[in-house]
Amino acid sequence: MNVEEVVADTFRQEWSRIVATLIRVTGDWDLAEECAQDAFAQALARWPGDGVPRRPGAWILTAARNRAIDRLRRRNVETAKLREIAVIGEPDRVADPSGIGDDRLRLLYTCCHPALALEARVALTLRTLAGLTTAEIARACLVSEATMAKRLVRAKARIRNAGIPYRVPSADLLPARTSGVLAVLYLLFNEGYAATAGADLVRPDLSAEAIRLARLLAQLMPGEPEALGLLALMLLHDARRDARVDGDGRLVTLEDQDRTRWRRDEIDDGVAVLESALDRGDVGPYQLQALIAACHATAETAADTDWAGITRLYERLMAVLPSPVVALNHAVAVAMSDGPAAGLALVERLEADGRLAGYHLLPAARADLLRRLGRHDEAAAAYRSAIELADTVPVREHLAGRLVALQAPLQRRFSPP
Amino acid sequence: MKFMLFVCVDAAVVERLPDEPDRDEPMPWADELDAAGIRLDGDQLRPPRDATTVRVRGGEVLLGDGPFAETKEVIIGYDVIECADLDEAVAIAAKHPVAHNGLIEIRPFYG
Repeated sequence: MNVEEVVADTFRQEWSRIVATLIRVTGDWDLAEECAQDAFAQALARWPGDGVPRRPGAWILTAARNRAIDRLRRRNVETAKLREIAVIGEPDRVADPSGIGDDRLRLLYTCCHPALALEARVALTLRTLAGLTTAEIARACLVSEATMAKRLVRAKARIRNAGIPYRVPSADLLPARTSGVLAVLYLLFNEGYAATAGADLVRPDLSAEAIRLARLLAQLMPGEPEALGLLALMLLHDARRDARVDGDGRLVTLEDQDRTRWRRDEIDDGVAVLESALDRGDVGPYQLQALIAACHATAETAADTDWAGITRLYERLMAVLPSPVVALNHAVAVAMSDGPAAGLALVERLEADGRLAGYHLLPAARADLLRRLGRHDEAAAAYRSAIELADTVPVREHLAGRLVALQAPLQRRFSPP
Repeated sequence: MKFMLFVCVDAAVVERLPDEPDRDEPMPWADELDAAGIRLDGDQLRPPRDATTVRVRGGEVLLGDGPFAETKEVIIGYDVIECADLDEAVAIAAKHPVAHNGLIEIRPFYG
């Protein structure tokens, strides 16, 4: 590794730890970020000449700490506070095997506090934990840099003024707040995953950041199987990312994906993580979704998919996560295991329910089932409603392709010779 | 930290409230917090039809009658509490009986 690579590697390893610790002892989010940033800038300036220190992380932490002390001295902060900062990173202070006292966990729960707007939670998590710059987060969230800068300033002011605590919540709040943290990380992942078809090459890889944060959370909360479940789910989805779009940027459905392009090492990693989660009992929604993803990821061919097993997993998932989207996926699985008529009956029940009105995948699923039943006119109408509701170009094009394929044989049959 | 809890209900409910509140009605939520020294103050307020708003525009004091904003919910009471942080304030507010049918607005005091 050259010096720049070592700095980049140290940044990935140490950024969130340094920021989290400096926030705890100074209570000043901006100061913490700026001092951490300065320390990495110093490393980039000094290491090429002086050589890379034996423990790069410790060097950076010391530099950031000294910078914080300098700046607080100038603000006439009392000496007791300065003494507290001066011992940051001293060897006897860092060991904490339980993880719960880890400053990064405090930071994560604070960034994902429910009193913050969801977009503020996402922005703060990307800035303070993932270490993305304001410009990078702006690109990732598809807003201008000025808008993102304002959002971050407001979010930090709100933490300060509204009394949002900097701590891991107490045991009675912990389960609900942990689901909140997992939801933010999953949102980050999906945001990145959905964007893989986008043309913006400088858009940061949010899926990779989400995986990194989920791994950190799983490592800091070894007693929380859902953190492992989420990590496994992300890995199993991410393993398929190269096969999701073809050379022309068109979406390829799971059924038609070239399975040799799936990343074997990521699938193995995901399955291993999932197994370690399942060992702990207490199977929550992320583990169930990961189990479903694992069924797909480990099937040799689309025809080998264990649809009966997937149907049973969706039934368990509906019991713990009663959402109409889960019910729609269940209906599709039933159609694969028990035939399209059985699936269509469930889809029609969902249509009557009305909660999925406006969701393009509902008419899209209906269209596929009608097509398989040979009811082509009704299928075409359903594809048209799905195209109208779809919100991204690749999805619209994919559905339009299905519609054309459906009509092609008809046109051949009826067009004059 | 010191927090203000605004106790809010649907405006239609307020119209049906009697002119004088029933002060003898038991309120274990308040009693417990008073005993613990967490609730510093609290009372019921007259309905918005009795409210006055004060605004100063260009040095001129403008008075208005009626509620402070045209929203569906109106403030019918308040409590001032002292606790460590927002999580504790939310926990206390969530136990207020009105939290179940109206809402409580929490406003921190300037520190």
